[in-house]
Formats: sequence, structure tokens, C-alpha cells
Amino acid sequence: MLDLAIGTLTQGLIYALVAFGVYITYTILDFPDLSVDGSFPLGAAVTAVLLSRGADPYLTLLAGVGAGALAGLCTGLIHVKLHVRNLLAGIITQTALFSINLQIAGSNLTVDRSVDTIFSAPPTMALLGGLSLMGRKLAVSLVLVLLVKLLLDVYFQTKSGLLLRAVGDNPVLVTSLAQDMGDRKILGLVLSNALVALAGCIVCHEQRSFSATMGTGQVVFGLAAVIIGISLFRKMSFVRGTTAVLAGSVLYKICIQAAISIGLPANLLKLVTAVLFLLVLVFSGRKGEEIIHA
Amino acid sequence: MLEVQHICKTYNPGSVTEMRLFEDFSLSVDDGQFVSIIGSNGSGKTSLLNILCGSIAADSGDVLVGGQSISRLRDYQRYATMGRVYQNPALGTCPNLTMLENLSLADNKGKPYGLGWGVSKKRVGFYRELLSGLGLGLEDKLNVRMGSLSGGQRQAIALLMASMTPLQFLILDEHTAALDPKTAEVIMHLTDRIIREKHLTAMMVTHNLRYAVEYGDRILMMNQGRIVFDRAGAAKADTSIEEVLGLFNRISIGCEN
Repeated sequence: MLDLAIGTLTQGLIYALVAFGVYITYTILDFPDLSVDGSFPLGAAVTAVLLSRGADPYLTLLAGVGAGALAGLCTGLIHVKLHVRNLLAGIITQTALFSINLQIAGSNLTVDRSVDTIFSAPPTMALLGGLSLMGRKLAVSLVLVLLVKLLLDVYFQTKSGLLLRAVGDNPVLVTSLAQDMGDRKILGLVLSNALVALAGCIVCHEQRSFSATMGTGQVVFGLAAVIIGISLFRKMSFVRGTTAVLAGSVLYKICIQAAISIGLPANLLKLVTAVLFLLVLVFSGRKGEEIIHA
Repeated sequence: MLEVQHICKTYNPGSVTEMRLFEDFSLSVDDGQFVSIIGSNGSGKTSLLNILCGSIAADSGDVLVGGQSISRLRDYQRYATMGRVYQNPALGTCPNLTMLENLSLADNKGKPYGLGWGVSKKRVGFYRELLSGLGLGLEDKLNVRMGSLSGGQRQAIALLMASMTPLQFLILDEHTAALDPKTAEVIMHLTDRIIREKHLTAMMVTHNLRYAVEYGDRILMMNQGRIVFDRAGAAKADTSIEEVLGLFNRISIGCEN
């Protein structure tokens, strides 16, 4: 039971990175970005290949971030420079990434047991050697996610971050400030997909595998986590957007785990997800239209 | 000197709704001139502003600033020397950012938006001073979300933000039209003060004939893409509201028939 709780919490934390990514595009930029379903497995594919070839496990995190950033750049350029609608730009990148991910990994890929991951490499063991593998997964994920959250919180207070928030809030003002809104959108997409790919990367460390279909439903998860989190804390304006989204992600994973625990067949999981998502949208009273910002 | 030369603009060309608005339209505005532009709906006032700001492209013709063509510049590049206030107060500020964050964003115009802190503590005193100059009691609301302020308050901030950093042109697009008469009066006073203090070249589109007559040093009336009335300086000062209203009515009736 305790293992299950720790496992679920770890999932909630790792996947919060996907939710942060969706938060940046959907809530802050007002850009429904579907590339997420492709950039998540991209992070995992890059990581699986690098780990199998004996790369430093910590460096795979950077590689994942870099690959995700490139995916975001693609969506951004397609939308801004080629004037393709935001939804379609994301779909194009997502579709292309499915093949690209398979090209990178060759096929579905399993990382050998003998290979060290960020949860078992010597530096981690030196610090957290006293903990079980489950405990180390939780601790490392917690540190990584809190670090990312802190960096995001700081970033949103910088000039660049303020302007990014302005893009979704009032695009006209960004232009009036003599700034190219397209460039800012691209920046947001790069950031968002880098975070999503980082999640894929950590999941790959955690599961020791990459599968081409692991990205399916990540956008929906991200949206649900963002909307649950923000709806929950709507009345509490002192709670930061990132905190709310983190809570939303953990809560969502708990709900799904609870559904499985009471004997829900795995085949029905996506249906439950869809119904849960719909319920949140209806009861939060916003139907996904207007969401408050950071 | 701001010059619009031989502008042509046709909306929906080739379709049944084709509307030829500007045909060889030209206008020049001296530096430091405050021009009020009036005219009925569809006369081309807002299209003219949009062509100046690069929001829409003219089919042909040129826009020059100080003799240099700016036609090739994108809209955001033109805003480097321009400020614009819209009819809708929501367009001038970010509703989900605080007033302080909004002012800080505007204060940074012309400099890169990098990784420095978005809000500078050192500037807070300056913002307070600006706000207390409005006389709207906004100086104590720096940390309030912009969206929770009234339309008039937002428009006042939008005006401050548009004119905060050094600029050449102020474009006012019916910026008092959505406000109640008293607030409109306050905003109009503020507008006039800012234009005078900063020696700006201003183009103000308005439906309020009284504002057009009372404020500014040049008055233009447009109709169907042409200038039908243009007075500046002393002649403008002698222009009465009755005269303008009479002409306006004659033109409007002419349109309807």
C-alpha cells in the first residue's frame, strides 16, 4: 500500500513537468499545442538510445530538454513563419515526431538492467543510498520537479517572462511594445516542449523503456492537470499557477490510480480519463475557455 | 513630418462586396501637430490609422516619416516610435498582470526583454508619481490585477503606458468612445497634457465633434476615403462646432441617399 502511494506520488511529480509544459502553452500563451504527444516520447527515445550506448545518465536529461526544445521550435516556426493555424501546427509536428522517434530508437526499446539511470547512478547512490529504489525515484523526481518549478516561478518574474505572459493575455499590447509576438510564441513553445520532453526522459529512466505510443494522451493529461489545479485554487490568488498545476498533476494521478485499484479494467482507462476531464471542465464552470494566468 | 503619399486601398477586391476606400489619398502632418480626425463610419479614419501603424497594408502608395519610407517595416517595428491607444480599454493593458507589472512592461519598451527582473523596485516611486498625477486614486493600487479596474481607469493606464517611453507619434483610435462622459473628459484632458508635455505628433480619431473642435491644432473631416475639410492653426481655432456639425450632417445625408 505504501509502495503504491509512493509510486503514485512519483508519477504525479514526474508528469507535472508535462503539465507545466501545457500550462505554458495553453494557459499562458493561449496556444493549444498538440506537439506534446510527440515531444514526450521524443525525450524518452533520445534517453533510451543514449542510456543504451553508455551515456552519462544525468546528461541524458539535458539531451532530452534539447530535443524537446527543437520539437517546440518546429511547431513555432510552422505556426509563425508558415502561418499554419496553431492546432494544425501542433498536429503536424506530433505526426512527424511519431516517425522521428522510431527512427531515433529503431523500434520500441528496453534499457538493460545493468545500465545505471539517474535513480541508480553513483552520485545518486552517494546521496540517497540509504533509500530503496522506490524512495530514490520519489526523492530524485521531487528534487528535479521542484527545481524546474522554482526556475519557472523566477522566469515568470523576469522581463522575458512578463512579456511571455502578456502574449496570451493581450497580443495587441506585445505588438505595441515594439516586440515581435511571433518570436515570443516560438520561445514559449520551445520552453514548453523542452519540459514535456524532460518528463519523457525521466519516465524512460523510471521505466527503462521507450515505446512509440507512450505519448498518446499526454496532451489530455496535461490539460486535465492544468484545469484541475487552476480550478481548485481559483479562489486563492496567492497560490502560484505552477503550484496549482503541480497539485493538479498529483491529484489526477491519484484519481487514476484509485480507479485502477478498485478494479477498473485497463482498457477503460482512457474512457475514465475522458469522463474525468469532462466533469472537471463542467464543474469548474469554464469549459476550458478562459483560464486565469500566473 | 509624417507623410502619406498616393495611398490606394480596396477591400475585398474582385468580390461583390468590393469596396474601394482610398484612391490616391495623400496627407502630410507636421511634427508636433495634434490632428483630430472626424467622419462617419466607413469614411476611412481607422483604416488610415491602421495603414500608418502597419496593421493593414495599402495596395499602393507610401508612408514616410522624416522623408524615410516606413512601408516595409512590420507593425511591431513601427511601434518603436509610435504609441497607440484603442477604443477598447482592454487592448491597452494586460488584464491578468498587476498594474505594476503592466507599467514595468511599458517602461521597458525600446530595451530588450531579457532575464532581468521584470519589476524594478527603484521605479515604483516614479510610477506612483505618474499615477497620482492622474488624480484617480490609482497610486495605491499598484498590486491590483488590471482586469479588476474600471474601463476608464484602464484607459488612463493604457494612455500612460503608450506614452511612457520617448516616442514621436501618438495614435488615438476613438480612445474616449467607450467611456462615460465624465471619464472621457478626464482622459481627454490627460491626452492633451501628455501630447503638449512630450511634444508629440498626434492623430486622434474621434466621433466627438466637440473634442475635435476644442482640442488639437488641426481638424480633418473624412468622407468616403477623401478629406473634405481640413483646417489648421488660426483657422482651426476659429472653427465652431456648429460649422463642423452642419457640414457633417450634410455629408451624412448625402451618404444615405
